[in-house]
Amino acid sequence: MRRFRLIEHTADTGLIASGRDLAEAFANAAVGMFGIITDLRSVREREARALEVQEADVEGLLFGWLNELLYVFDVDHLLFKRCAIEAFDGQRLKATCYGERYDPARHKLKIGIKSATYHMLKVDRLKNEVQVIFDV
Amino acid sequence: MVRWSGPLEKIDDYRWLIPKGYKTGMRVPGLIYASRDMLENILQEQAPEQVANVAFLPGIVGNSLAMPDIHWGYGFPIGGVAAMRLTDGVVSPGGVGFDINCGVRLLRTNLTYEEVYPRIRQLVDVLHANIPSGVGSKGRIKLAPREIDTVLTRGSRWAVERGLGRAADLETTEEGGEMAGADPDKVSARAKERGVPQLGTLGSGNHFLEVAVVDQILEPEIANTVGINRLDQVMVLIHCGSRGLGHQTGDDYIKKMLGAMKRYGIAVPDLQLACSPIESVEGQEYLAAMRCAANYAWANRQCIAHWVRETFCAVLGKCEADAGLELVYDVAHNIAKIEEHEVEGRKVKLCVHRKGATRAFPPGHPDIPAKYARVGQPVLIPGDMGRVSYVLVGTEQAMGETFGSTCHGAGRVKSRAAAKRMFRGRDVLKKLEMQGIIVRTSSLAGLAEEVSEAYKDVTTVVHVARQTGISRIVARTRPIGVVKG
Repeated sequence: MRRFRLIEHTADTGLIASGRDLAEAFANAAVGMFGIITDLRSVREREARALEVQEADVEGLLFGWLNELLYVFDVDHLLFKRCAIEAFDGQRLKATCYGERYDPARHKLKIGIKSATYHMLKVDRLKNEVQVIFDV
Repeated sequence: MVRWSGPLEKIDDYRWLIPKGYKTGMRVPGLIYASRDMLENILQEQAPEQVANVAFLPGIVGNSLAMPDIHWGYGFPIGGVAAMRLTDGVVSPGGVGFDINCGVRLLRTNLTYEEVYPRIRQLVDVLHANIPSGVGSKGRIKLAPREIDTVLTRGSRWAVERGLGRAADLETTEEGGEMAGADPDKVSARAKERGVPQLGTLGSGNHFLEVAVVDQILEPEIANTVGINRLDQVMVLIHCGSRGLGHQTGDDYIKKMLGAMKRYGIAVPDLQLACSPIESVEGQEYLAAMRCAANYAWANRQCIAHWVRETFCAVLGKCEADAGLELVYDVAHNIAKIEEHEVEGRKVKLCVHRKGATRAFPPGHPDIPAKYARVGQPVLIPGDMGRVSYVLVGTEQAMGETFGSTCHGAGRVKSRAAAKRMFRGRDVLKKLEMQGIIVRTSSLAGLAEEVSEAYKDVTTVVHVARQTGISRIVARTRPIGVVKG
């Protein structure tokens, strides 16, 4: 099963990610987002980063989670290719993400993502599927 | 893509109304500026629905407006303009966007195509080297501890005082490049952490730096006043915004307002329209933080303009007065501002959101530079990198009809994914070279997404702005060299 697919949106780009449970869908959304930024085949798992996000509801958690990762990329230039979610209750998420520091010699960056948005943001608890549009 | 099937009433050839009765909850009608041809494209997606959604926002006055470059955005449509009363209206971070004060700056030169084109490759190479661009690019500026707060309150003035620019630059920047009411304490530590290393960078996406030549002058007298004197004159166009600092600020305040909305009893049809009353704590804090991000963006474009001048001097040996490189104007096209407008015959203060729309104040308006008092405020409309860009000026018509606003660019017609499927970056680069446009980019894939064919023809957009009287077209430029983020 494909873990995520891109959504066509005229000005911006989005994705739909799914998993065996919601936590896995969140992890796949994160990987999908980095797949928009760079070619993940060129990224190795050389660094691990523990992350924790807490928000008022599950939609906020998706928005907050993805923006947390964009913040880490902006500040520490870390590209992630895998996220292991260790705790998830719909309002709080603990994860360890694996990847490496951006190296212009080896990583081709495709496009910058400014932020996840709330526009058309969906968390489907029955299908374990999430949808998000990015501002690029 | 689902075609929009809501009601649209023709007012005239260029104005289309979405009646207030379309959706329960709309407080005012929607009004779209477009030609019939453009409308076909617009109706193929949900941008008109977004115009209707904005009409739900409390305190909205007149119409929920969409400029002729309208396309589907997130929350607000791109090209959206909405003005709210201060007394009972709201401010919405989604009505500004994550790239706060994304905007355009135009420099004029004393140089001609003949003088510059033989060295264009070298010029574009050195511009690409001197001005950091691309995803995750880091700037050349080292800020002292807490100096970021000075950037956030003083904007362009901070840069000029650091030797990155000329005092005259401030006169021809919207808000003087230093928007009042900015409070750095309302900007999160995270936003500052992202902003500090990125100051003086172009970024990625549709951001660019372009060396262009004037190829049409439609209003010679106005053109002369703003420093556009003859055909083949070389100009420089800079398009970028507030980088991670603005993105984080948008993110921080959307979250805050989603929480606050429940307390204020406000419901919106799209969560990205999260808002708070202008006069509430959240509203005031957002405006104070947004102004900081706006000042950061002006400082950013000011630094870049300075390095453009240095580069012209180093590569062409044309420095200072020889080169010219005076600032024609610098406009914001993602911003919310408190302005005075006439509503039903009375002057009132409004909070005007411009999301992918440009202020277009008329001749004589107190907020435009004295030297442009007779001609009106210059408006800078970049097209796509393979076609042309325009310089317009604002009009009384815009003041009366669109809260002194007009379009901001070409507007996309194809998604990035579709553009990437149809075009390869390398082919785009080659085709542009054959047209005489030299491009340097940090990302070939990004270049394919920005291909001309993915955009509306900007000429059709400015044509509607002229036909409706909300702007006058002054001059047209075409690119000869482009640095893409």
